Amino acid sequence: MQSKIIVAILLMSVVTFLPRFLPLFFLAKRKLSPLAENWLSYVPVAVLSALLGPVLFIKEGQFTLTLSSNPYFWAALPTFTIALLTRNMVLSVLTGMGSMALLRLFLP
Amino acid sequence: MSVTNDKKISFRSNFKEGAIRSLPIILGYIPVGLAFGILAANVGFGSIETTFMSIIVYAGSAQLISLGLFGDQAGLLAITITTFLVNLRHTLMSAALAPSLGHLNRLQQAFFTFELTDESFAVHSRDFKEEKNPPAIRLFTTNALAHLSWAGSSLLGFYTGALFKNLDTWGIDYALPAMFIALLVIQLENKKKYLVGAFSMFVSTLLFRQAVGQWYIMIATLAGATVGASLDYYLQKKLKAKLPSDSGNTL
Repeated sequence: MQSKIIVAILLMSVVTFLPRFLPLFFLAKRKLSPLAENWLSYVPVAVLSALLGPVLFIKEGQFTLTLSSNPYFWAALPTFTIALLTRNMVLSVLTGMGSMALLRLFLP
Repeated sequence: MSVTNDKKISFRSNFKEGAIRSLPIILGYIPVGLAFGILAANVGFGSIETTFMSIIVYAGSAQLISLGLFGDQAGLLAITITTFLVNLRHTLMSAALAPSLGHLNRLQQAFFTFELTDESFAVHSRDFKEEKNPPAIRLFTTNALAHLSWAGSSLLGFYTGALFKNLDTWGIDYALPAMFIALLVIQLENKKKYLVGAFSMFVSTLLFRQAVGQWYIMIATLAGATVGASLDYYLQKKLKAKLPSDSGNTL
């Protein structure tokens, strides 16, 4: 049983590392076309939004925005505002955590 | 003599800059790492397996999903393929950082990507917008400290899990989403980026709700970046059509 876990971990590390490494390996020393470089410049904003979407809008498989069922969405509003105003990451994270703690405190 | 002094100073300042950048990542990793350690103990991992996985796989969501599979007695193939699919999104991040990392040697590139996570990607891509040849010491300091906090909190969760059950009361489960929100805001530098962000968010939420499996992040990212690049291409074409004398490579 334990050796199965170790083998699985080794396999997991290989299939995790290759997708992380190969694109950089092939592209880093190469001059990309302006079109490709422009496309890649949209990856950060696209991937962050894609990661956040389900976290903020879906709870237990359902789309919901009510205060009691989805505080994650409501805590995002002050977090977003503070991030926009201050551009300070630590302050934004603390705002998000604080909002979440307050919502939990006051919601049934 | 002064050269070595300068080197020392730049090493120290790069180390410090790297450490500062790792702080929000660490804040986000600790609660998730603790949760991973607790769950790993529950599905029969030992402390060695738990820490080993956090060190050599180092991929939060894939690790948590794999625990579910271990718990269901899934086979090696299923665990490996699922992990691969969950982490396929990193190909896009790796490609996006490539233009800024040509100055690293191959070994450094390998080590950098070994520690490439959603969080480290988001922090580095913010910095790379404004700099050429980011100092390696700073990059590796940020990555190594974040990596260490992930492995450390996994182990801590494994041994002391029960003590940390009430962390959510403090909103600490919101550290990662809040960090992503802040990093997203930094990326939103013009209207096109807002549009791309809203579109990706919409696509990924829709796909996730339809339970298409692990593809939703990948597809939504591809769709969003393609919308942005197409928009630029179209706008540029329109601009050129307006100024016919300026077409071609004069000047």
